Amino acid sequence: MAAKKLNIKDKYRLLTRDLDWDFSYEDRKQAFPYEEFEGIKITDWNKWEDPFRLTMDSYWKYQAEKEKKLYAILDAFSQNNGHLNVVDPRYVNAVKIFLTGVSPLEYQAYQGFAHVGRQFGGVGARVACQMQSLDELRHVQTQIHAMSHYNKFFDGFQEFSHMHDRVWYLSVPRSFFCDARSAGPFEFMIAIGFSFEYVLTNLLFVPFMSGAAYNGDMATVTFGFSAQSDEARHMTLGLEVIKFLLEQHEDNVPIVQKWIDKWFWRGTRLLTIVAMMMDYMLPNKVMSWKEAWEVYFEEAGGALFKDLARYGIRMPKYAETIEKEKEHISHQAWWTFYTHGHAAGFHTWIPSDEELDWLSAQYPDTFDKYYRPLWDMAKEMEAKGERFYTSGLPQLCQTCQIPMLFTEMDNPNQNSMRDTVYQGERYHFCSDGCCDIFNDEPEKFVQAWLPVHQIFQGNCGGPDVGDILKDYYKMNIGHDNMDIKGSPDEARWNKWKGIA
Amino acid sequence: MSKVYIALQDNDESRYIVEAIEESNPDATVIHQPAMIRIERENKLVIERSVVEEKMGREWDVQELHINLITLGGNVDEDDDQFVLEWKQ
Repeated sequence: MAAKKLNIKDKYRLLTRDLDWDFSYEDRKQAFPYEEFEGIKITDWNKWEDPFRLTMDSYWKYQAEKEKKLYAILDAFSQNNGHLNVVDPRYVNAVKIFLTGVSPLEYQAYQGFAHVGRQFGGVGARVACQMQSLDELRHVQTQIHAMSHYNKFFDGFQEFSHMHDRVWYLSVPRSFFCDARSAGPFEFMIAIGFSFEYVLTNLLFVPFMSGAAYNGDMATVTFGFSAQSDEARHMTLGLEVIKFLLEQHEDNVPIVQKWIDKWFWRGTRLLTIVAMMMDYMLPNKVMSWKEAWEVYFEEAGGALFKDLARYGIRMPKYAETIEKEKEHISHQAWWTFYTHGHAAGFHTWIPSDEELDWLSAQYPDTFDKYYRPLWDMAKEMEAKGERFYTSGLPQLCQTCQIPMLFTEMDNPNQNSMRDTVYQGERYHFCSDGCCDIFNDEPEKFVQAWLPVHQIFQGNCGGPDVGDILKDYYKMNIGHDNMDIKGSPDEARWNKWKGIA
Repeated sequence: MSKVYIALQDNDESRYIVEAIEESNPDATVIHQPAMIRIERENKLVIERSVVEEKMGREWDVQELHINLITLGGNVDEDDDQFVLEWKQ
């Protein structure tokens, strides 16, 4: 007689909870040494719930199916010269940012979840984190594989891993994950599992990927949605972690709230580059950054915080500033990259007249008033043969490491700057949010590896910026950087398409 | 009241799942976007295995949902017969 098929709940109990053991001759505290120092109190790990109740056998089965689907499409994409189907060669520069800025984060997430998947005392949480760790490794592999096709035809992809660890703007995502991974296991889960996965990755992996599809990039949308199918499970894990911590002990509430305040602010800063990718680097528009922000942050995040209100959790600090920033940050970021386009590992450009009109329509309260005049000036300069590149290096925020490009939200003509003194040294910040984060953990943030400071200290070669870009960043000068007009990328594209 | 939502890849399998969602949740809103389908409803959304099986004309394991899922918002509760998304406010 065939064995009776187990239902999901029994299978989950047997293949997850039942794999744990008690410690009889070893000290449990030594087995899980990171569990207490953050001040989080866990009274009963058995209260942990995994709503998907995914067991390892089902995990392999469904992941294998996802991989088969994904690689069939990637093969077809490559065999059929899929890169020729993107609407415009400018679009490919968004993919360069993805490979250099985002894919290495997947690898950091893999390392982070492997760590907490070992360190949590509860077996349910450990198994869920181990699955997420494997997911993240899959994501970095599939992303590198998908984008390797573009590397055959476009500049700027070849040194993504080397650049991620060194280049000035890539230190923003890199240091974000380094901060999370060097925190305790519970803070890591609130940082990455909850704040980042539940609210913020949606903005990258849903509207941006839908945009990739709309711009003819079959490879990116396919790995994006394949990765995001795992994210739905990660989001659920993040939400379960936070509910679990809040239900375990009331003393956990203020600690968790402080982490939420920190990581939502850090996350919104990190997403500045995604805002710019959506508004300026997708030639065919799906929705503006502002609209995506309203759907995935304000509406979805708002619902989430209403749900958490019963535990005494409130909206993240600086929510009022964050709400105003959706009107500004994409414009401030693209202008910064345009003026630093000689030092970026991708091409920049002036938006077309049609795109400028679209931005005016999407941002009626801010674009014509503050940002369109900048592009009018850039166009005039370019027409005179004086395409502008700044000769200075930007000052960076000590916390988020973003150049001081943001303005005061109540006065967009005034740059936002804060500073504080710690042990006789003055530190500079882009915002109250970043300054407060520093003041709470100065011992950590004084150690930040700030790319511009490192250049001035002589730790990145030089002495000229060109030497640093070429030798230290491994940028292929005149190919990877500068305006798309006159670039080898543009010349090759025109040749493929028979454009004179 | 807040909305729960789920987004699925726009493909042959999802079409049946979306039909089943519409049948189980008649007042749900279905939004078609490039390459994806987003479905939202106030407070709660249910996907029933029996309804999906009827639409697909084959057996369907609730966990197969993972293959075509893009994202979701709401508390998840899944068992052998259904997948529920809900806010508990």
